[in-house]
Amino acid sequence: MPAVSKGDGMRGLAVFISDIRNCKSKEAEIKRINKELANIRSKFKGDKALDGYSKKKYVCKLLFIFLLGHDIDFGHMEAVNLLSSNKYTEKQIGYLFISVLVNSNSELIRLINNAIKNDLSSRNPTFMCLALHCIANVGSREMAEAFAGEIPRILVAGDTMDSVKQSAALCLLRLYKTSPDLVLMGEWTSRVVHLLNDQHMGVVTAAISLITCLSQKNPDEFKTCVSLAVSRLSRIVSSASTDLQDYTYYFVPAPWLSCKLLRLLQCYPPPEDGAVKGRLVECLETILNKAQEPPKSKKVQHSNAKNAILFEAISLIIHYDSEPNLLVRACNQLGQFLQHRETNLRYLALESMCTLASSEFSHEAVKTHIETVINALKTERDVSVRQRAADLLYAMCDRSNAKQIVAEMLSYLETADYSIREEMVLKVAILAEKYAVDYSWYVDTILNLIRIAGDYVSEEVWYRVIQIVINRDDVQGYAAKTVFEALQAPACHENMVKVGGYILGEFGNLIAGDPRSSPLVQFNLLHSKFHLCSVPTRALLLSAYIKFINLFPETKSTIQEVLRSDSQIRNSDVELQQRAVEYLKLSSIASTDVLATVLEEMPPFPERESSILAKLKKKKGPGAVSVNELEEGKREGGELNGGGERGGDSSAIASTPSPSADLLGLRAGPPVTAAAPSAGSLLVDVFSEAGVNDDGFLRFVCKNNGVLFENQLLQIGIKSEYRQNLGRMYLFYGNKTSVQFVTFTTTVTCPGELQSHILHIHTWNSLEPLIEGGAQVQQVINIECLTDFSDAPLLNIKFRYGGALQNLTLKLPVTINKFFQPTEMASHDFFQRWKQLSLPQQEAQKIFKANHAMDTEVLKAKLLGLGMALLENVDPNPENFVCAGVIQTKAQQVGSLLRLEPNAQAQMYRLTVRSSKDTVSKRLCELLAEQF
Amino acid sequence: MIGGLFIYNHKGEVLISRVYRDDIGRNAVDAFRVNVIHARQQVRSPVTNIARTSFFHVKRSNIWLAAVTKQNVNAAMVFEFLYKMCDVMTAYFGKISEENIKNNFVLIYELLDEILDFGYPQNSETGALKTFITQQGIKGQPQTKEEQSQITSQVTGQIGWRREGIKYRRNELFLDVLESVNLLMSPQGQVLSAHVSGRVVMKSYLSGMPECKFGMNDKIVIDKQGKGGTTDEPGKSGKQSIAIDDCTFHQCVRLSKFDSERSISFIPPDGEYELMRYRTTKDIILPFRVIPLVREVGRTKLEVKVVIKSNFKPSLLAQKIEVRIPTPLNTSGVQVICMKGKAKYKASENAIVWKIKRMAGMKESQISAEIELLPTNDKKKWARPPISMNFEVPFAPSGLKVRYLKVFESKLNYSDHDVIKWVRYIGRSGIYETRC
Repeated sequence: MPAVSKGDGMRGLAVFISDIRNCKSKEAEIKRINKELANIRSKFKGDKALDGYSKKKYVCKLLFIFLLGHDIDFGHMEAVNLLSSNKYTEKQIGYLFISVLVNSNSELIRLINNAIKNDLSSRNPTFMCLALHCIANVGSREMAEAFAGEIPRILVAGDTMDSVKQSAALCLLRLYKTSPDLVLMGEWTSRVVHLLNDQHMGVVTAAISLITCLSQKNPDEFKTCVSLAVSRLSRIVSSASTDLQDYTYYFVPAPWLSCKLLRLLQCYPPPEDGAVKGRLVECLETILNKAQEPPKSKKVQHSNAKNAILFEAISLIIHYDSEPNLLVRACNQLGQFLQHRETNLRYLALESMCTLASSEFSHEAVKTHIETVINALKTERDVSVRQRAADLLYAMCDRSNAKQIVAEMLSYLETADYSIREEMVLKVAILAEKYAVDYSWYVDTILNLIRIAGDYVSEEVWYRVIQIVINRDDVQGYAAKTVFEALQAPACHENMVKVGGYILGEFGNLIAGDPRSSPLVQFNLLHSKFHLCSVPTRALLLSAYIKFINLFPETKSTIQEVLRSDSQIRNSDVELQQRAVEYLKLSSIASTDVLATVLEEMPPFPERESSILAKLKKKKGPGAVSVNELEEGKREGGELNGGGERGGDSSAIASTPSPSADLLGLRAGPPVTAAAPSAGSLLVDVFSEAGVNDDGFLRFVCKNNGVLFENQLLQIGIKSEYRQNLGRMYLFYGNKTSVQFVTFTTTVTCPGELQSHILHIHTWNSLEPLIEGGAQVQQVINIECLTDFSDAPLLNIKFRYGGALQNLTLKLPVTINKFFQPTEMASHDFFQRWKQLSLPQQEAQKIFKANHAMDTEVLKAKLLGLGMALLENVDPNPENFVCAGVIQTKAQQVGSLLRLEPNAQAQMYRLTVRSSKDTVSKRLCELLAEQF
Repeated sequence: MIGGLFIYNHKGEVLISRVYRDDIGRNAVDAFRVNVIHARQQVRSPVTNIARTSFFHVKRSNIWLAAVTKQNVNAAMVFEFLYKMCDVMTAYFGKISEENIKNNFVLIYELLDEILDFGYPQNSETGALKTFITQQGIKGQPQTKEEQSQITSQVTGQIGWRREGIKYRRNELFLDVLESVNLLMSPQGQVLSAHVSGRVVMKSYLSGMPECKFGMNDKIVIDKQGKGGTTDEPGKSGKQSIAIDDCTFHQCVRLSKFDSERSISFIPPDGEYELMRYRTTKDIILPFRVIPLVREVGRTKLEVKVVIKSNFKPSLLAQKIEVRIPTPLNTSGVQVICMKGKAKYKASENAIVWKIKRMAGMKESQISAEIELLPTNDKKKWARPPISMNFEVPFAPSGLKVRYLKVFESKLNYSDHDVIKWVRYIGRSGIYETRC
């Protein structure tokens, strides 16, 4: 490259820059810049043409001013002029200005592109390089459009200089990254791959970056590169350090190229061709061998270069995961690094080992380094290295060394850094659970965990302990004893109190035999912690107390005394107060049998995957350990829960159940459809049940207002009013998500002959096809009853949520009884009419079992809601209900009488409906039978 | 309740840092530097809220003064204090500059200890401060016990701003009415906004503990007197009274008396002080009228003609007149012709600056300029900033007149007539702009 000659140093520019640097304040700087800009403007405006030198100088100044953060809105033309200069420095400055200050001004872009084209087609390699650099630096879509076809030609042309090829390869890479659709390799592919055989190492290095990127997108097209890469690699690896002249870096032959080759190979599976594979294995072995050789230089660069290749080779070995021999050798090599002086090396070794531990071939080999890793955890000065050591311990843990590792992690936890404590706690909890053979050990471990790092123990961890203790009979007594002992410490963590309260409340009786832990002692111990705890814990303790009353009747008076105290029964917290009041009443009113039933021991929790695991996964994201975790999960599957199902994969998809629900075991993992709706991108069709949803429908027979339908996305509320044969229904659609619903449409249809029985006109009130997140829209439907009917109109709702089309069909709660007019009548009138309607088809009768409690008031309310008049003192039997009403339709009026006879002993009802039209009687009977 | 006070140089380095309350941490210093001084965009608001902490700043040349608080303080109070602080520093060591602050940092900390206590402003009267915070150091003049007790009783007494036993051979009083007139006018000559902010600055050299009474042509007073029929100077009153929008007084003025009788009476501090500050918006005499004429000739040329007219008594002389005509950002050359004074294109400020040394009333003068432009890529139109003007005139543009300033000293035997009084009016331009 032509060097910048001394005479070209722009003095004016140097003076200007030093002026700016010497400015005392921002104001002074702005003044100086304004002055300079005015000067440049007058120069550019001036009538006499500027020579190349001054043009270059002023463009440089403008560039400097721009880089200081000021707007430049002129000078582009001058810069473009510089591009056509024949002097290198002028051209260079021109390109520099263009690449920094390019704007999408159409006419200028054309000029620039023209200049670039000229330079690309010139035979001068320096100019070609400058043009290529400019294209790469700008890297815009326009550039790609203009030159994406040109550059591959330059890249593979036989007569192109090596330096230009290098630039062309990198320029193409850049264009490919910005607009991959415009860079079509097609015909060039094989020739680009063959660049790997190029004589010039620089060209190979540049080309390999391009090939790596391209092969990640379409691996098949570039498959041929594997064998070429292997042969290239073997040539480098086996070469003597002096062979590669310029490309030997501190006695290491072409380290960058080697690393890139190894990384390229990681894009592909192990080569199938035996010869190629043999050669590659040989290479990898050579690299591993070289690591053992004494260093040729003491310089850090030498070892850095060597180790870079080594680590890249190890990650390739891990990627292939098929050569046990190599894996073990890699592991041993890393083991050596574990004790290296260099912190970075130790870090990298631990990190690579983490992945090695997951391979079945090297898992055992990794385990041999356990002592070193534990030592690292204890003595390492750098927190990030300690973190890696903890990760590795977690990864290498299996049943054989679980006790040791958990113990070490626990002891480390006492001094661990705050930033990683929570994660450590989770890991300990998981390991303890996963490899627990002896449940007393598990309980001990977790209680220790709470004691040591109580603040970092999340809800999930102690929920899990309780679940396991409850599910395992054999450990309950031990747990109660241990908890009791742990609680005796003068200060214990609130989580410990929670666990203690729960376990003693459930299983305190198992240790009550010992006079040292008699019921009263247990109670006093718990109660001594009571006042130091937060409200939720206190609530839990209150529940434990009431359980005590059941378990140990002798503590009843003491506990009642506590519940009765003002600090409980008049507590300002509603939850505590309510519990105190209710428990006090429960304990004083209920018989021991009732108490025993109510306060029975908790049933076992359904078996399912630990929520802790899900939490850790969520915390870490799909990282290396997480993958490892899944594999481990498969291998060691379901140990703790006695071979119960262990949905290793499903937990990764399902969101973590909310902790409170989790303890109760209400929401088990599997139903993916119940996933949280807050995830806007969730493409789950919530309404996958295509059928008509009518459970909401029956609820509306006796009422006019309420919620018709609700799921995670949508809530539909109804308000309706009826007068004679007319009705009006207000539908409220509420979007429960934070994402808008688009193309929201609703249609009301009347199936079958219903059309002729019912007439509806619906008016839209501001119902737009778009419902914003959290918003509610309203729709009004007018209904007219023409004649009696038995079906219900259907409401169909369609909308798009997060891209997925949702379709929902509901029955609109329009029933014949809505058009009742109540009729008051005396006893004698009633029976007269009752007799009048004596035709067999006019009567409909049904005897059915009560679905709900037989409460007179509730029944009354329901019958009133039906729309008929409830007649008092008509029926001789006061238990029975009689009603009368007239159904108003447009065509006719249908008088109806109703009699409901409850039978409290049998929990049965007899319902009789008589009306002047037989279909009405039948329909009413059907509707009402579901209501009571 | 100021939590802390910091002084920075233009680079954002802390020169003075004084924290009064625990709620202000050390990181507040950096927060202000990062978010205000080094902010990417220029921070215009003098009050900045960063992480529930309020920063009030004023800038004096290259120096930033920032008061910090976490509480909901009276912002006006804080700024009043900061201005006072500037006055005090100026009175002690002259111009506020980085050099001066560095040379006097011990003194500044001493002052800060005295004028703020736990964040509450204390006596900031320069005269009083100077009696016990001296610049000579301990060696200078050791104060006698007597003097010390005198200072204590003065500072803690009712009249903290004046000590007893002052004696002058000649009793003199200087009174300056300093006003700055602000204007924004449309190109057609319509007044868009105008107001005058004025100050009455006094220098008193009076013996004993005199009681002074200051009178001016305040409309409310004049009207009241006119109604009562007991005017001192019949004939003069009524006509030329002015309406004062708001005013603030030096602490020596008896506010109760002002509230009830609207008379300004006070025992003056010794030396120089600002008696009152006021603002008027009605019937302002605008000393100059600027008539701009801008014509764009094609894309590359601009013709500007500006006429200024003086609008006051021909016997008076305006001084230091400077008209600043902004030029577009793509100016490449300027030719100027003016009859009077000197005009120059200042590229560093993107403006033509026209200076006239003196100009009598009821005159007019003209400048014309031809501006050549460089065509640019941007289609942005030039925003046409207003033409601004600076001047100094020997009258009060608000129309304020001092009617009397009486001095009563009962204990010593000198009367009002023995005091020599000097009154001076100076009107200056504030932001005096005309759109073009």
